Amino acid sequence: MKIMVAVKQVAFLDDEFEIRDDGRDVGEDFFEKDLNEFDHFSVEQAMLIKEAAGGDAEVVIVIVGDEDADDALRTALAKGADRGIRVWDDALAEADGIAVAKVLAKLVEREKPDMVFTGAQSADFGSAVTGMALAGFLGWPHAAVVSNLDYASGARTATLRRELEGGLEEIMTIRCPAVLSIQLGINQPRYASLRGIKQAKQKPVDELSLDDLGLSAAEVAPASRVRRMYAPERGKAELITGSAAEQAARLAEIIKELRGM
Amino acid sequence: MAELLVIAGQRGGELLMSSLEAITAARGVKQAGDTLAVAIIAADPQAYVGALSAEGVDEVIAIKATDDFQPDLIEAAIMALAGARKPALIVTAHGVDAWSFAPAAAVKLDCGLATDVQALRREDGELVVTRAGYAEKVLVDVDFPGKQTVLLTIRTNVFQPASGSSAPKVTEMVPPTADIATTHEGWKSPADAGGIDISGAEFILSIGRGVGDESNVEQFLQLAGSMGATLGCSRPIADSGWLPKARQVGQSGQLAASCKLYIAMGVSGSVQHQWGMKHVENIVAVNTDPEASIFSIARYGIVGDMFEIAEELENHF
Ligand SMILES: Cc1cc2nc3c(=O)[nH]c(=O)nc-3n(C[C@H](O)[C@H](O)[C@H](O)COP(=O)(O)OP(=O)(O)OC[C@H]3O[C@@H](n4cnc5c(N)ncnc54)[C@H](O)[C@@H]3O)c2cc1C
Ligand SMILES: Nc1ncnc2c1ncn2[C@@H]1O[C@H](COP(=O)(O)O)[C@@H](O)[C@H]1O
Repeated sequence: MKIMVAVKQVAFLDDEFEIRDDGRDVGEDFFEKDLNEFDHFSVEQAMLIKEAAGGDAEVVIVIVGDEDADDALRTALAKGADRGIRVWDDALAEADGIAVAKVLAKLVEREKPDMVFTGAQSADFGSAVTGMALAGFLGWPHAAVVSNLDYASGARTATLRRELEGGLEEIMTIRCPAVLSIQLGINQPRYASLRGIKQAKQKPVDELSLDDLGLSAAEVAPASRVRRMYAPERGKAELITGSAAEQAARLAEIIKELRGM
Repeated sequence: MAELLVIAGQRGGELLMSSLEAITAARGVKQAGDTLAVAIIAADPQAYVGALSAEGVDEVIAIKATDDFQPDLIEAAIMALAGARKPALIVTAHGVDAWSFAPAAAVKLDCGLATDVQALRREDGELVVTRAGYAEKVLVDVDFPGKQTVLLTIRTNVFQPASGSSAPKVTEMVPPTADIATTHEGWKSPADAGGIDISGAEFILSIGRGVGDESNVEQFLQLAGSMGATLGCSRPIADSGWLPKARQVGQSGQLAASCKLYIAMGVSGSVQHQWGMKHVENIVAVNTDPEASIFSIARYGIVGDMFEIAEELENHF
């Protein structure tokens, strides 16, 4: 029994940043990187299933990314996952969710997991593409934005809730193996213990190239191309300046005026 | 001459109003000679023809199947329609349903794909669309070189719902055979609000992850109370159990429907939070990050620490 969890290293911009000379991305000095928030929940869900099976399940973390992405992979391993696979090739530099899904599909064919989790979306670009695109490549059952999951290790079906707009949820059963994208709040993710962090450094991580997977650069072409990136027009927010006391005094005035107090 | 195809949606037999926004988005890039077709899958698809016959719609494709949401069926229908009609553009709303089927349909069609699109246009005849990046701090224009078909999911609450009327041709389509892997088992409604009324509140003070710790929440409850505001929150606060879900503002929470003054403290302004409050006329944002996207929709902004502002504010009420 095996669960595969795909995780992403997401990028956050510094308070001040500059667009790169070619106008298609932010310069690389202006990033902070971290494991995607959603992936804490999908890793946790896999760990819960493993623990419910008395440990009799392997949790494999997979990531498409350069050496930098190792941090995110180790963060996931530190929570108790068994091993990792990292795939990289310069041809993936402009990969989108579709291209990443193509790579992940090859990993699924190799690893033959019983269940695959992704995050519902990535916190940086919010595409919400990779997991369901992966299911499309595999022809597997799939559900997005899963907010509750009842699945026993190796079972033929799972019962899940899909979170909809306005707090409504749909209850559905799904055939397994399946690809599920996991929503925030499905569980309370654990923090890695110091011991876990230490152990994660020793855990086996396979590093693979596109070649190793039998994929050509042309096969991982993205489904869109960035023409340009730019800072949005800042709205008309009138900035309230001064000391905190002055700012609060002005805010109190605004509140009283608008509330007719 | 090209065909534009909109995939409309329904939930439990009710039209998803975001379908009408998707029609508006598609209509915006419709050129002379193009046709705009809208497809709907439902137990009684004819019941939606009237609502979908908005200005600019040339055809409604009625696919009689089930009201249950079955991504496998929608994907098969998109494949069948795309195979027969070779649409240049397929558009659907970026609602939670599309999250399940749009990417899978796109890889099966090997077409161009962009999700959560907030603007579309042609530049020298090429389709170019705009979406956000890096937690809404930048905008990205993307195009689709070499793609015959492009599938777009459209951010909700950006385009006006299509109005006006037309007399479209109505085509009945037999649902394609599909290997359906999911079964609808029922619905779960949100927990009882326990008297908290975000949608009815005229004045909301909302706190986000900037509040830092559960023990800091109480002072904002008190501040809201003394100002006569209802305390709202962003999703992480509810997910952590620091405040009940009924206080969560946003796409998967409450719509601040009656709100006239919304103060957001320590909220970054994610698209899902904005969904519930960006329409409010008077938004005040308090955030330590001057680039936080909440400032782009606020009327007043304070770049500063929410705890300092809150403490000072207490002296005025
Ligand atoms: C399908 C789906 C539905 C969702 N539905 C919702 C929803 O209904 N509602 C919702 O809110 N989210 C929703 N989300 C989650 C959403 O994507 C964001 O994760 C969430 O809104 C972020 O909340 P936040 O702004 O509080 O946190 P963050 O994005 O972490 O922002 C915290 C902000 O606090 C600021 N800050 C930090 N310290 C201070 C300080 N001392 N003083 C002032 N500012 C400070 C930071 O600069 C930052 O801007 C949904 C996500 C998905 C995928
Ligand atoms: N480079 C990547 N490597 C592995 N998994 C990824 C990668 N990018 C995205 N994912 C997965 O897809 C989810 C949603 O990402 P996205 O489609 O980019 O919104 C993430 O939470 C990950 O589970």
